[in-house]
Amino acid sequence: MLARVDDRHQRTVPISIDGRAVEARVGDTVAAALLTADVAACRVSTVSENPRGPYCLMGVCFECLVTIDGVGNRQGCLIEVRDGMAIETQSRRREAGR
Amino acid sequence: MSRLASLPEMWDVLVVGAGPAGMAAATVTASAGLSTLVIDEGPGPGGQIWRAIMTTPVMSRPVLGSDYWAGAPAVRAFYESGATYLPSTQVWSLDADGVAGLSAEGEARYVSARRVVIATGAMERPFPIPGWTLPGVMTAGAAQGLLKTSGLYPSDRLVIAGTGPLVWLYAAQLLAAGGRISALLDTTDPGARLAATRSFPAFAASPYLAKGLALMARVRARVRVLRKVTALSIDGRERATAVRFRRGGGAEEQIPADTVLLHQGVVPQVNLAMATGVGHRWDDRQLCFVPEIDPFGQTGLERIAIAGDGAGIGGWEMAVERGRLAGIGAARALGIASDLVPSPNPALKRLRALARPRAFLDTFYRPAVAFRRPAPETIVCRCEEVTAGDIAKAVDIGALGPAQLKAYTRCGMGPCQGRMCGLTVTELMAAKRGVSPAEIGYFRLRPPVKPITLAELASLPVDGANVKAVVRS
Amino acid sequence: MQHGTERRDYDVAVVGGGLVGAAVAWGLARQGQRVAVLDEGDDAKRASRGNFALVWVQSKGLGMPEYAGWTVRGSRGWPALADELARETGIDVALQQPGGFHLALSEKELETRAQTLMRLHNQPRMVGYETKILGAAEVRKMLPDVGPEVVGGSYCPLDGHVNSQKLLRALHAGLAGHGGAYLPGRRVNGIANRDGAFRLSTPKGELTAGKVVLAAGNANMTLAPMVGLSAPMLPERGQIIVTERVAPFLHHPVVTVRQTDEGSVMIGDSKEEATDPTGMTLPINTVMADRAVRMFPRLARLNVVRTWSAIRVMTADGFPIYEQSATAPGAFVVTCHSGVTLAANHALEIAPMIARGTLDPSLDAFSARRFDARPR
Repeated sequence: MLARVDDRHQRTVPISIDGRAVEARVGDTVAAALLTADVAACRVSTVSENPRGPYCLMGVCFECLVTIDGVGNRQGCLIEVRDGMAIETQSRRREAGR
Repeated sequence: MSRLASLPEMWDVLVVGAGPAGMAAATVTASAGLSTLVIDEGPGPGGQIWRAIMTTPVMSRPVLGSDYWAGAPAVRAFYESGATYLPSTQVWSLDADGVAGLSAEGEARYVSARRVVIATGAMERPFPIPGWTLPGVMTAGAAQGLLKTSGLYPSDRLVIAGTGPLVWLYAAQLLAAGGRISALLDTTDPGARLAATRSFPAFAASPYLAKGLALMARVRARVRVLRKVTALSIDGRERATAVRFRRGGGAEEQIPADTVLLHQGVVPQVNLAMATGVGHRWDDRQLCFVPEIDPFGQTGLERIAIAGDGAGIGGWEMAVERGRLAGIGAARALGIASDLVPSPNPALKRLRALARPRAFLDTFYRPAVAFRRPAPETIVCRCEEVTAGDIAKAVDIGALGPAQLKAYTRCGMGPCQGRMCGLTVTELMAAKRGVSPAEIGYFRLRPPVKPITLAELASLPVDGANVKAVVRS
Repeated sequence: MQHGTERRDYDVAVVGGGLVGAAVAWGLARQGQRVAVLDEGDDAKRASRGNFALVWVQSKGLGMPEYAGWTVRGSRGWPALADELARETGIDVALQQPGGFHLALSEKELETRAQTLMRLHNQPRMVGYETKILGAAEVRKMLPDVGPEVVGGSYCPLDGHVNSQKLLRALHAGLAGHGGAYLPGRRVNGIANRDGAFRLSTPKGELTAGKVVLAAGNANMTLAPMVGLSAPMLPERGQIIVTERVAPFLHHPVVTVRQTDEGSVMIGDSKEEATDPTGMTLPINTVMADRAVRMFPRLARLNVVRTWSAIRVMTADGFPIYEQSATAPGAFVVTCHSGVTLAANHALEIAPMIARGTLDPSLDAFSARRFDARPR
């Protein structure tokens, strides 16, 4: 669970996480939005299928891969949320074409 | 036309990374009238240390502290320098001729520069322990980034474990922001403490000592700090639920935790420089590979310089000076009149002063062997789930180095391209074979060093010979 | 001379620990031979680490029908090899032989392909097997994901692929299991034949063996003359692109695109006259990526995770060389481009012949003497 410092200038946009409607703070990354929504695991390992979550949040570890607007394996920590963005956690391997 | 497509093709200077070093380099070259392109994968300037400095919701200045806010003038100078800045853009390839492959918003292209400054900074050293792949386990730097970018901090049961200045800095920032810490597990190696005594005088003469002690005192006043922590592991099935550890040779202890933050120092990000063909050497004090460069960051490749923590860990103040020197070096090499280029002497002098306390920090916070060369069952390569035991077995059947290890185990062949396992692999293989890490070496890296799609790769220009190499009758 | 810990006397020293050397060495060790494999260090060129891992039959052997027959034997022998390796080492090398494709992106490419295959199969002494030219609709039935630019292709039911990394590991593990010695970091600098034994000098000292097998890829060119053999080679560089792992979708290997058992998609295969394996011509990858995406549009948005280049082992005419030295009996050269396809032949046929001391006359066509008869 995450808490947030008092943010007077906070603006939010509607996004969805696995179909669930969520308000996300403008300026947050996809990974931050997931953690804020208490989604700890954003995908499974493509080897063991064990759950994985964001680890480094700076583009190095490639753990926070999620499907964004239908495109799989995007780095959630490098992409900011946008109005209407559809984020899906990955419960299996990416499919070619998605 | 997209941001990327509308860029000119030819530049005097390309700077990769808009952290302290990259901004300083670009500020020098752009101010000298050189066309300067700065590419950064993040959405704003500042790198990791000054992340989100223009947009952070953390308005109370003491929370992030003076080192953070020191970035504001640097960013202003960078913005005013006339450099062209492209955020949220990846540099996925670079060659010795200064041709760089860029990617943004699903588009790729090449640009070309007469001089390139690689300022890709540092990343946190891998911390391979049992359970480090569980959701809920992050690096301290990751949590710090969340605080800077979004004003977010963990509000559940939090344990911070590790060693190094960032552990204490983040703990203090978190407390100031209103957070709580169940326990801080200090993994600083008692042997390293002892070894560091020789370099203590130089450190004591620097401002870092008072700063560090004050930080530690603030944290100790409010947090249970457990020292000499060894045998650290994280429990959980779907996510982290507890940490397990021993103190010295003591009995096993367990602390419930929903969020575990790990940190044991930072190391240079070498992937782009290595893939470009820059020579690197093993630094036995910092336990990592560093590029071979001269005082201006110049590498063995004429067009390529490296500045900042990517050239060896020194912290943001050194990064600024080294960035400046790289900028000066580039401007001189491109024939800019000497009255338009600052003298390097102040930067060189500052660097000498800043270098003095480093030996103590590097030695004191040298991560313990057990956390660099983990036990056999521990996952080393997170992407391909290769354990330390798998690596030992590969050595047993004849793997001499990382290249053959890849062939045997797939270690380092996943999406992170060895970033999370490379140093562990080098140290494990060196110990197992009884040779130096320098002799083992590192993974052989090739572009793309950042992901691009096949469609992006397919969209780039080719010539007839390229086609002939593939399409054969 | 330095004295290491390894045994100094071996029945056979195999020079080269890649797929060819390892297959021969494992095969010899299974015959009860005391085998040492001498390999280079971690920076070796290693064609075996750069290959595309096809077990491939179609279109091979134009200009040497014996090679086509030998390749068909290899394809048919592969299941026994895979079974034996799994039994001995527990490593499943992921052999799949569902039949493979060569796809054409234009009518001209398809026509060229059809003519090549016709010339191949019309050769005298050509082995009989099935290769079909298929139109777009027929291709689409078996490969539903092909794109609209695919006008057809050729299909051969004997074609397949393996996981070549697992194969290399299994051969090395199997060799160790039979007591064979794998000795990396020992580049062979010289070979002398004295008193019926071969002395091999390496930076870590000298080794002696009753027989020597040269399986050092392109380095055979310099090694072979040391024992009265010849191995004219024409190395070339190839590049490969690998994507992230995805759910299985491509159920037949295509000669330039295949999905591995682990889920990655591999894209090949370029040919460049270059001998530096660390170099990389990025625009060639662009051509490869472009063709792959046109063949399978679903690939377009996949992330490239790795690329690499490697030097192909290639003899001067592209066909294998198998030969025993006339002047230094007991010295053999075993070299070819297709270390994966021919792994079963090397392990289960050639190795026993070497153990016996004679190559079967059926392999005469593969003697390097053919280069004397047909100077290039």
